[in-house]
Amino acid sequence: MAKRSAPEVNAGSMADIAFLLLIFFLVTTTIETDSGISRKLPPWQPEEQEPPVIKQRNIFTVLVNSNNELLVEDESMEIGELREAAVEFLDNGGGQGDEACSFCQGAKDPGSSVNPQKAIISLVNNRGTEYGTYIAVQNELVAAYNQLRDREAQRMYGTTFTKMESDYNDPRYTGDKDALKEKIDVISDMIPQKLSEAEPTS
Amino acid sequence: MSKFKKKKSGDLPAISTASLPDIVFMLLFFFMVATVMRDNTLMIQNNLPFADQVEKLDKKDLIMYIYAGKPSQRYQAKYGTEARIQLNDKFASVEEVQQFIYAERESKREELVPYLTTALKVDEETNMGLVSDIKQELRKAEALKINYTTKKGEAGNNID
Repeated sequence: MAKRSAPEVNAGSMADIAFLLLIFFLVTTTIETDSGISRKLPPWQPEEQEPPVIKQRNIFTVLVNSNNELLVEDESMEIGELREAAVEFLDNGGGQGDEACSFCQGAKDPGSSVNPQKAIISLVNNRGTEYGTYIAVQNELVAAYNQLRDREAQRMYGTTFTKMESDYNDPRYTGDKDALKEKIDVISDMIPQKLSEAEPTS
Repeated sequence: MSKFKKKKSGDLPAISTASLPDIVFMLLFFFMVATVMRDNTLMIQNNLPFADQVEKLDKKDLIMYIYAGKPSQRYQAKYGTEARIQLNDKFASVEEVQQFIYAERESKREELVPYLTTALKVDEETNMGLVSDIKQELRKAEALKINYTTKKGEAGNNID
């Protein structure tokens, strides 16, 4: 019996099929990494507790009403000025003796905060406030903290705080993570993020 | 003479396309691997606000998503235009958030539970009343790590 060789399959249209699939995946792909502002909620406390006494000078109140207008320390303000005002408040360093702030570069106004460890930013929303405005305010306040932390990190370690944090969270980072964590903790202790959110007013 | 002519008639040799499928397959595999199919269909308008002080959220399996916003156009006849919460594939009330968190925790391995983060994907026009109701429920369910998912951009864009 004569040996019949199998006829060769024409592979010319393989490219077309592959293109078809390729275009399908190209269209359906959404390469998205979610990013956003991370926060930690305070734990639930069912019974009303007596709030700790805090000096008025150490509280920076930000009120947002239902028309998305800001009232900062009893003065109306545009969102663009909020970051600067928050930095000014945190960096004031008006304390003396035990409460003195060794690294603050602020105006040392006796009516403003004593040092960043004591300074608290209080944010009060209205139930009618738009979420977009709320995020903008959060963003500006976080930016104020980051700005100060970056400055101190630059002074002490020659790098920025945000860079150190992203390195720490990067699994491919090859440096010493424990040392990095220590540095991050030092800075976070110097300038803790004390952002208090009250129940929204209606 | 004839020899001379023969050389000219050679033209350009056709470029071999035999390796084209290989190249296309390579691209195809890349996109197949990189594709993440959306696991829930959005029934709400979800125009996220902008922010620039953002942190990345990796480890997709450790994130619980809560969506909120106005129902999208085709659901408006049935559900109205009031902002609502969407969990998985359906609308939910505020009280169901706790249940949802417990169910999500149940479905994850025990050692991963403390690392779970809740991502709030909320439309920028939603009122804070709804958002803070969700936050209260999360506090009750002890899901304290949250992330407000945003688009990257200048925060001033949120206010027009």
